[in-house]
Amino acid sequence: MASIGFNELFFLAQGLKWTLALTLIGFVGGGIFGLLVALARTAEITWLRRVTAGYIAIFQGTPLLMQLFVVYYGVALVGLNIDAWLAVAIAFTLHASAYLGEIWRGGIQAVPKGQTEAAKALGLHYASTIKDVILPQAFKISLPATIGFLVQLIKGTSLAAIVGFVELSRAGQIVSNQTFRPLTVFALVGLAYFLICWPLSLWGARTERRLQTAAR
Amino acid sequence: MPQTTTQEPLIALNGVGKWYGAYHALKNVNMTVRKGEKIVLCGPSGSGKSTLIRCINHLEEIQEGKITVEGTTLTDSARAIDAVRREVGMVFQSFNLFPHKTIMENCTLAPMRVKGLSKAEAETIARKYLERVRIVDQADKYPAQLSGGQQQRAAIARALCMEPKAMLFDEPTSALDPEMVKEVLDTMIGLARDGMTMICVTHEMGFARQVADRVVFMASGEIIEEGPPETFFRNPQHERTRTFLGEILAHH
Ligand SMILES: Nc1ncnc2c1ncn2[C@@H]1O[C@H](COP(=O)(O)OP(=O)(O)OP(=O)(O)O)[C@@H](O)[C@H]1O
Ligand SMILES: [Mg+2]
Repeated sequence: MASIGFNELFFLAQGLKWTLALTLIGFVGGGIFGLLVALARTAEITWLRRVTAGYIAIFQGTPLLMQLFVVYYGVALVGLNIDAWLAVAIAFTLHASAYLGEIWRGGIQAVPKGQTEAAKALGLHYASTIKDVILPQAFKISLPATIGFLVQLIKGTSLAAIVGFVELSRAGQIVSNQTFRPLTVFALVGLAYFLICWPLSLWGARTERRLQTAAR
Repeated sequence: MPQTTTQEPLIALNGVGKWYGAYHALKNVNMTVRKGEKIVLCGPSGSGKSTLIRCINHLEEIQEGKITVEGTTLTDSARAIDAVRREVGMVFQSFNLFPHKTIMENCTLAPMRVKGLSKAEAETIARKYLERVRIVDQADKYPAQLSGGQQQRAAIARALCMEPKAMLFDEPTSALDPEMVKEVLDTMIGLARDGMTMICVTHEMGFARQVADRVVFMASGEIIEEGPPETFFRNPQHERTRTFLGEILAHH
C-alpha cells in the first residue's frame, strides 16, 4: 500500500485548480450569457421571450451530464476539432446561463413596476433603466439564489470527469487507485469541496436573512 | 395668486379612447391645458383618472384620438415619446424613488443620462430643487431613511430636476400618514404659485379650492363635467358629481 505523499497531494491540488477554473469559466461565461437570457426573458418582444423560455426549459429539463456529452460529441460531429477544455467550458457556460438567466429573470420581475415607470417618466431609456435602476435591485434580490447556484456549479464540475477531464473528483479517483487509500483520499477531496462550498452557503444564508429583514 | 395662465395650449387631448383588452377605460376624452394652468382631476375609484394622466406621458398607450404636448403629437415613435417625457414630469402615489440610490443620486440620474449633464452640473440643479422642497439636508440619505412626506417631496424634486414644463401628480398624498399630507400639499401649492402647469389627481378638495383653475370630474372613463372650483363645488351640474362630492366631503 503506497502512502499519500507530496506527489499525490500535488496531483489533487492540480485537480482542485481545474475545478476552480471550470467553476470560474462557467460562472463568468454563464453570468454574461445569463444576463442576456434574463434580459431576453423580460423583454417586451414576445418571440424573444418564447425562444429564451425554450432555451431555459431545455437546460433545466435535462441532466448536466447529458449536456456535457452532447456538446462534447456534438462539436466533434459538426467537424470542429476543439479541445476538451473548450467543449467543457461551452457546456458549463450554456448550462449556467440558463440557470442564472432564470434566477435573474425572477429578480428583475421582483423589482416593483413603479421603478420602471418612474424611470420612463423621467425620460430614461431602456439601457439606463436596466443598468441604473433595475439590475442593481434585481441582483440584490437574486443574490442568495445566485450563490446557491454557484455552490451547485462547483460540485457539478465533477461531471466533467466523464469526458476525460481531470478535475478534483477525478484526481481523487486516480490517486485512490494508485495508493489504495480511498477513504483517506476521498475524505481529503470532500474536505476541499466542503471548505469552498460551506462559506459560500453561509454567505448565501446571511444575505437571504438580511433581505428578509429589509423587506419587513 | 398671480395669473400665470396664457392662452397657449401646452397639453391637448382630442377624442382620446383607451382600452385595456376589452375594457373601455377612457371614452372620448377631450381636454386642453394651457401653460400655467392647474387642473385637479377627481372621480370615483376606477373612473380612469390614473389612466388619463399616464397616457399623457405614454406610460399607457391610447388606441383612439390624439394627445399633443407642447406641439409634439404622441405616437409610438421613440422620438415623440422622448420629446413628451422631457417636458412632462410625474409624481406617483407610491413615490417610486430608487431605493438603492441616495436622494441626491435619485435627482441627478436623469439629468445626467438624458440631458448629458456632468455630475457637478446635475448636483447644482438637484441642490436647487431639494432646497425648494426643503430637504436639501437629507440629500445623502437613502429613501428608506426618510419619512413618507420627505420621500414624496424628494420625488417631486427629482421630477423638477428635469425642468419640465408640466407636472402630473397621481394621488401624491394618498399613501401618506395624515400628519405628512400638509407638507407635500404645501410643496405643491408653492409649485403652483411659481406658475407650473399641473394636472393633479387628488381628493384633497381644500387643495383644489386653493390652487385649481379647473376641477375636472370623471366617472366610468368619461369626463362628466368641469369648471372653476367655486362653481364646481357650489353648483355641480350632474347627479354623479353631487353623489361623489357628498361622499368625499363626508370623509374629510
Ligand atoms: N393595466 C391594466 N390592465 C387592465 N385594466 C386596468 C389596468 N389599469 C387600470 N385598469 C382598469 O381601468 C380602470 C381605470 O383605472 P384607473 O387606475 O385609471 O382608475 P382611477 O380613476 O385612477 O382609480 P383610483 O382612484 O382607484 O386610482 C379600472 O377599472 C381598472 O381596473
Ligand atoms: Mg388611480
